[in-house]
Amino acid sequence: MERVPVLKIGDILLVSIQIDMEDQVALQLQEDLADRIVATGCHGVIIDISALDIVDSFVGRTLATIASISRVLDAETVVVGMRPAVAITLVELGLSLPGIRTALNVDLGMELLAAARAEAEGGAGHEDTDEPAVTAP
Amino acid sequence: MTGGAAERVAVATDQDVVRVRQLVRTVAVAVKLSLVDQTKLVTAASELARNTLVYGGGGTVEVTRVDNGRRSGIRIVFADKGPGIPDLDLALTDGYTTGGGLGLGLSGARRLVDEFDIETAVGEGTTISVTKWCR
Amino acid sequence: MALSSDRSGRFADLLKGHEDAIVASWTDAVAASLRGRLSQAELYRQASELQRGFQAAFDGGAQDLEDDAAAELRAQLSELSSTRARQGFTANETAVSVFTLKDAVLRVLDEGEGADAAVLREYVAFSSFVDRAGLFTFDSYTRAREELIADQAEQLLELSTPVVKLWEGVVAVPLVGTLDSARAQVVMERLLETLVETGSPYAIIDITGVPAVDTQVAQHILKTVVAARLMGADCIISGIRPQIAQTIVALGIEFGDIATKSSLADALRHVLRMTGDKVAQKPRREG
Repeated sequence: MERVPVLKIGDILLVSIQIDMEDQVALQLQEDLADRIVATGCHGVIIDISALDIVDSFVGRTLATIASISRVLDAETVVVGMRPAVAITLVELGLSLPGIRTALNVDLGMELLAAARAEAEGGAGHEDTDEPAVTAP
Repeated sequence: MTGGAAERVAVATDQDVVRVRQLVRTVAVAVKLSLVDQTKLVTAASELARNTLVYGGGGTVEVTRVDNGRRSGIRIVFADKGPGIPDLDLALTDGYTTGGGLGLGLSGARRLVDEFDIETAVGEGTTISVTKWCR
Repeated sequence: MALSSDRSGRFADLLKGHEDAIVASWTDAVAASLRGRLSQAELYRQASELQRGFQAAFDGGAQDLEDDAAAELRAQLSELSSTRARQGFTANETAVSVFTLKDAVLRVLDEGEGADAAVLREYVAFSSFVDRAGLFTFDSYTRAREELIADQAEQLLELSTPVVKLWEGVVAVPLVGTLDSARAQVVMERLLETLVETGSPYAIIDITGVPAVDTQVAQHILKTVVAARLMGADCIISGIRPQIAQTIVALGIEFGDIATKSSLADALRHVLRMTGDKVAQKPRREG
């Protein structure tokens, strides 16, 4: 079975999903990420789905679960790079990914994590990063 | 006018669901569905193929190119010999689930395609046929 | 009526034997029908190519235009039709270009053995083959024409819905004119694509120029806003006119927590304030 690699960059875990995942692979990723968050003590997770040409309800649910598990482990998750056609389809499907933060690309995702972290640590962040969290409804 | 040759995939494992997605994608590109329509159809196929696997205990998926003389499109038939669906109306309601999912499989997939037909009998199985036409 | 195989062979010989005369007289006939809109040299080239196409088809034993031996000829005819369609000739003018081959051949026959019954019968058979070729052209022409129209309609749709970058990180779609469901869909897809291409987390949909909004269009706008959020971008809707506001409420459409502003300028100011851009704050500090 293929595995999705999890990279550690500074305080962030970066996951770039490049394959059409079997359901088992998605569940394995969910497990791997939880392990890595605890092992590394990272406070942010970025999941890049720009290579995914579809997100169905199973993958959507897995992303939501990853976000919830990370939050319990004191890490914020941002899903980045969703394609327009995928977003349009999810809306039609009725999947709104509640509780998942999203950003257009990895850069904006990192900014979002930095802002969220600054906020979490008592508003010590710089004013310029005081951007409202862009979250899915 | 034409009904191209059907391609059939047996669905028995997770991996087969991936194969269904890839087959549908290939055919959707071949009949020149728009990118958004391709994405909608592949997503619907993924939902329904998973239903065939999880609720139907496996079955077959058949993908056919269709043409009604004015437009071309794709028809996909998902068939299983599983337990069937006792209350169809309920199963087609948003949020209804027996499998621990989000309950968007059937109702969601129906919104992603142009035509959606379902035949089911308790103890005999379920056959779902969906069609998407080029605009 | 289909040609017999020995007839099609004889036609191949006929076309081969009088190649120059037929091409020349065919070119003249077509030129007369098109009244100088294509150069003689161009027409001559087309006529000799087609002549060779017919000759090859008969040589290969083609008895009908649908035969495999005539495949090359059919391709030539399609090509001719779509070129003429693009050059703006009518379907009639295009088909006549093929029909005039009959005149050219008749002239050759006249000069030869004289019009006895056998020659006439052959001519009629040949003539109906050419008629089918002409009709085939007609059909190809119509199809090429329809494709052209569809392409132009699409281009028009794209031209009428520009997505512009308004500021660093802010794109806008000024919508002008009636929004039907198809157009709304195109606009919304382009908006979402532009968000990705430019990495802009904010989009302003300005509907000042939209005279009316029905349920379907409002739904498209709403779905786009939700889709943009899923991708990590925020949409602001500006320029909602009083009548449209009334329609939206009357239709019971929930805009929920989507930001709405009365003008594009207000919407931009709102975005810049949210992003903490200094330009947005300057007027307030100075005034």
